[in-house]
Amino acid sequence: MPASWPCPGPAGIADEHAVVFDRARAVRLLIVPPLFEEMNRSRRMLIETQRCLDALELDSMLPDLPGCNESLQSFSAQSLGSWRAAMETAARHFAATHVLAVRGGALVFPTRLPGWVLEPVKGASILRQLLRARVLSAKESGREENSADLLEEGRNIGLELAGYRLSAALVAGLDSAVPEDEGQRVIRQAELGVSALWLRSEPGEDPAQSAALAQIIASEAAA
Amino acid sequence: MTDQTDTDLRSLLNDVLGLGPTRAAALMPDSGLFGALPELDSMAVAGLLTEIEDRFDVVIEDDEVDGDMLGTFGDLLAFIRAKRGEA
Repeated sequence: MPASWPCPGPAGIADEHAVVFDRARAVRLLIVPPLFEEMNRSRRMLIETQRCLDALELDSMLPDLPGCNESLQSFSAQSLGSWRAAMETAARHFAATHVLAVRGGALVFPTRLPGWVLEPVKGASILRQLLRARVLSAKESGREENSADLLEEGRNIGLELAGYRLSAALVAGLDSAVPEDEGQRVIRQAELGVSALWLRSEPGEDPAQSAALAQIIASEAAA
Repeated sequence: MTDQTDTDLRSLLNDVLGLGPTRAAALMPDSGLFGALPELDSMAVAGLLTEIEDRFDVVIEDDEVDGDMLGTFGDLLAFIRAKRGEA
């Protein structure tokens, strides 16, 4: 079900979107999505996971990161810091009791909540892949660019990567960020199925993986 | 010829391109990749290279990436083998 939540931003409080399954049950799971293209690729999987959690009598909320998905805030105004603040605000607004951070979501989730991180990824790995995509597409159109120079430019004045305008703060943040999980349980892809949906070049879905993820969360939340 | 690098590369291409096990197993040395598969755009290639680095424990420099190493399944397999000192 769509819901909105108030998120502080540079232009005041913005209404942000979330997909929620909320029937005021004991376990309320905040899902912090992956960053960039992986968010789109895994979205259907995560919403299907929410449906499975709902059937298992758990509430869940999947908020947008400001500047992403349905958000009207400017992407270029975002940093890891603004996403952390937003996810903490969402956690409080929805009274989350647990958290699931997926991939790059592990860089920005509320660490005070117990829960799970699914295949957490370093910020530098995310950045490297974005830089590489830009270098490759420049090469295809006959221009020479290199990752090291682009990174330097990005750290100073920000950078356009894969259609996203990254602020200098976001570039610098990603370059040094590591997953922030401490005490949350790391779930590996092999526990869900052979092939990770966020790797796919085209968004896909796999109900069996969503069901497996929901089952892990439901059984471990009850333990 | 089957060996671990060959098997792992098929599995990786299956994961990134969603080929399905049947299509992945049917890849021949001259099966076209870059330029032949529409889903393999620059973002997908970047993801593919990152996964290759992770799974095969190699580092790929920007200037090593071109149509030659990604042209066919055989080209990519040979590139990884050379990187790993298996060639």
